[in-house]
Amino acid sequence: MEKNLNLNLKVWRQKNANDKGKFEEYKVNNISTDMSFLEMFDVLNDRLVTEDKEPIAFDHDCREGICGSCSMFINGQPHGPKQGVTTCQLHMRSFNDGDTIVVEPWRATAFPVIKDLVVDRSAFDRIISAGGFISINTGNAQDANAIPIPKDDADEAFAAAACIGCGACVAACKNASAMLFVSAKVSQFALLPQGQPERYQRVSEMVAQMDLEGFGACTNTGACSAECPKGISLTHIARMNRDFLVAGMSTNEK
Amino acid sequence: MTSKLDSKIPEGNLEQKWTKYRSTVPLVNPANKRSLEIIIVGSGLAGASAAASLAELGYKVKVFCFQDSARRAHSIAAQGGINAAKNYQNDGDSTYRLFYDTIKGGDYRAREANVYRLAEVSANIIDQSVASGVPFAREYGGLLSNRSFGGTQVQRTFYAAGQTGQQLLLGAYSGLQRQVGTGNVKMYARHEMLDVVTIDGKCRGIIARDLTTGKLERHFGHAVLLCSGGYGNVFFLSTNAMGSNVTAAWKAHKKGAMFANPCFTQIHPTCIPVSGDHQSKLTLMSESLRNDGRIWVPAKLEDALALREGRIKPNDIKEEDRDYYLERRYPAFGNLVPRDVASRAAKERCDAGYGVNKTGEAVFLDFAANTIRYGKIEANKKGMHNPTEEQVVAMGKAVVKEKYGNLFDMYQQITGVNPYEQPMMIYPAVHYTMGGLWVDYNLMTNIPGLYALGEANFSDHGANRLGASALMQGLADGYFVIPYTIGAYLSKEIMTKAISTDHEAFVEAEKNVQNTIDRLLSIKGSKTVDYYHKKLGLIIWNQCGMARNEAGLKKAISDVQALREEFWSNVKVPGSANGLNQELEKAGRVADFLELGELMCKDALERNESCGGHFREEYQTEEGEALRDDENYKYVAAWEYFAGNKWELHKEDLIYDNIKIAQRSYK
Repeated sequence: MEKNLNLNLKVWRQKNANDKGKFEEYKVNNISTDMSFLEMFDVLNDRLVTEDKEPIAFDHDCREGICGSCSMFINGQPHGPKQGVTTCQLHMRSFNDGDTIVVEPWRATAFPVIKDLVVDRSAFDRIISAGGFISINTGNAQDANAIPIPKDDADEAFAAAACIGCGACVAACKNASAMLFVSAKVSQFALLPQGQPERYQRVSEMVAQMDLEGFGACTNTGACSAECPKGISLTHIARMNRDFLVAGMSTNEK
Repeated sequence: MTSKLDSKIPEGNLEQKWTKYRSTVPLVNPANKRSLEIIIVGSGLAGASAAASLAELGYKVKVFCFQDSARRAHSIAAQGGINAAKNYQNDGDSTYRLFYDTIKGGDYRAREANVYRLAEVSANIIDQSVASGVPFAREYGGLLSNRSFGGTQVQRTFYAAGQTGQQLLLGAYSGLQRQVGTGNVKMYARHEMLDVVTIDGKCRGIIARDLTTGKLERHFGHAVLLCSGGYGNVFFLSTNAMGSNVTAAWKAHKKGAMFANPCFTQIHPTCIPVSGDHQSKLTLMSESLRNDGRIWVPAKLEDALALREGRIKPNDIKEEDRDYYLERRYPAFGNLVPRDVASRAAKERCDAGYGVNKTGEAVFLDFAANTIRYGKIEANKKGMHNPTEEQVVAMGKAVVKEKYGNLFDMYQQITGVNPYEQPMMIYPAVHYTMGGLWVDYNLMTNIPGLYALGEANFSDHGANRLGASALMQGLADGYFVIPYTIGAYLSKEIMTKAISTDHEAFVEAEKNVQNTIDRLLSIKGSKTVDYYHKKLGLIIWNQCGMARNEAGLKKAISDVQALREEFWSNVKVPGSANGLNQELEKAGRVADFLELGELMCKDALERNESCGGHFREEYQTEEGEALRDDENYKYVAAWEYFAGNKWELHKEDLIYDNIKIAQRSYK
């Protein structure tokens, strides 16, 4: 049943990329347990504006867990305490009256803070540009049913493609590694017949760009997958590592 | 037809129009393409697919989106699927049937030629998407799977669980990013378009604000494509993303582009009901659920009351005491009637007192019957001849989970109720806008060089869009229509050199944008932007929502005018224009909604008939169905803007040569 909570928030405030930043504390009262975490921030921001204070900047858009915009690091966990949900789908019934909640931005060299809780994740776009596609132009593709794809492969490719690119994997990793994100895309195409022609070139180029962006190395702690709101599996990292190894040893590599 | 509106529909048989047009439209040679610049605003299905396709052809493309990445555009949230006339199921589908269903579904208020072209290219979209690695759902034999959607009796909807929009957008996005990698597309994320620039009557560029630095920028283009989505957020509460807005389209409108059928908005029947005042947005439960779920309310008022007061549970109500009102009223289509019909039917039951939640504004969507049906099929497959009821239910739940797992999870997350155990509660919510910028057959607005694609234009869905047709239209426009039709204009622009952004038209437009920003920041009133947005949303929802009438619309117009005046004298926008300022972004968008809202009501007031999503209470049949007036209102209402929120109506007559128009019946 619906209840109301009184909460203490400690929120990271940072004016811009050059500012050092610090935590600020806010008390919020009468928060309905039916609210989403972001709606609680709406209430707080509304109050801050009315009090002539600067509202807290945070990324958000669809508020149904699919666009990947929201990115709060809540009490030491990306997207907060609940498994398998983004911040926008985290509801206040996951908290108790009187709780202190600490909210930070994603922390990673490759994700510089723009303001408050907003970070720059354009590194992910550049990794996709380096090879996260199938090189076909728009035109007369062959009939969609011309190549049957085993259901298990299609399902596994879909499970990888369900990644929303939010960056929680990077935020969760002590090395700020982007291996789960990159491997999800590599894996999706590696499982599909359409992805085969560029399979090994793709993995080489995406990994090279990932390294260039300053993401850390993978030490297989598995925090990325544990914190992923879409449950992207570590097996994709294993598949990417295999493909990367094959690409490195292949004599066909230019 | 007013001379200002030339739809440029090609001559010839319906079936031949597009083929013939494609083969004769002027071309631009590859060398000239390299010196022609195209600006695309918005990176959803229409924008991303257009950007990738045009860049592949060799044009120089710039893409703008307000989100931090092109991949976040709201197409990503589309759930159920995409229609295509593939006839893979051998159930009688064809290009003509998809065309016919779409025209009928739109209640005979869409253009025949545009819709036929849409149906024609629909099959290519599936081919293109599969080739680019989109992992659609498949059967065990490896072929593509289909599901049913509203308003049709064939299975032509392709899907990827409840995340079809995500998968299609990521497919188009990967094509776009590939072109970013080659340098053919320059991407401007976290940028918002705040005006279009016209020179000598032609569109020549845009003014955009870098949302991170706050700086205004001028960008030249030989053509500008608005792929900026719909305006459902005028209602404040909708299934749109928080940032979805009308600003790009509205600025174009104020520069002379006509806005067509603004009152045609879609209220989707299956959304999670409003839970409280804090609510910031509404969440859709995909129409595909109506394929497997049955919609009902109690047949007895006392049961409805007991439910609302929490004295009984839905499962306490016996089968014979349930009213499956869609199956009762529309036996031929049942739960799969089009969205406008399903929404009105839900409103009718709730208004009559049969609503099932504490606010009285909810109906049940129940999966129990199909869970058992699926369970029995699974038992047969496994050779279990006498399964227990528990086994059947467990196996059935597993099937439902595979089909709709993410939707059920989302429902539970938001409501705290487990939909595998209890029926879902749903209620209609604003979802899509059929109206938009008026475009001709080439997708060009009445401003030469300015185009509108996807939900931003008005062209294909008439007064009501069928489910799984938005994704189809967005990708059709971007992948398969604009790459051809833009040649008709750009082939005449090859001698136009890039115009310097020091041109006075750019300077003037930037100055106006700056003035608006300065004005918003200088009001320093006492109410937040959201305060006004919520008030506006309520006015429009109550008077220009699922049901409209003359008195209500007239009141709404004056209420919106008064609210707009108050906004401009008492809104409080904190901070400065330098750097990231999300309140300032919202303020600019709400200012535009406050003008659009008035035009929507004006359009609804002028259209003295009911059609599709536009239901005027004065015009209905004895059974409460929409009553069209084809004699007087079989036209597109295109509104021209004049300074000071004045409008003039232009009419484009709709001509049906191939379809015999009739009262829409789903009985």
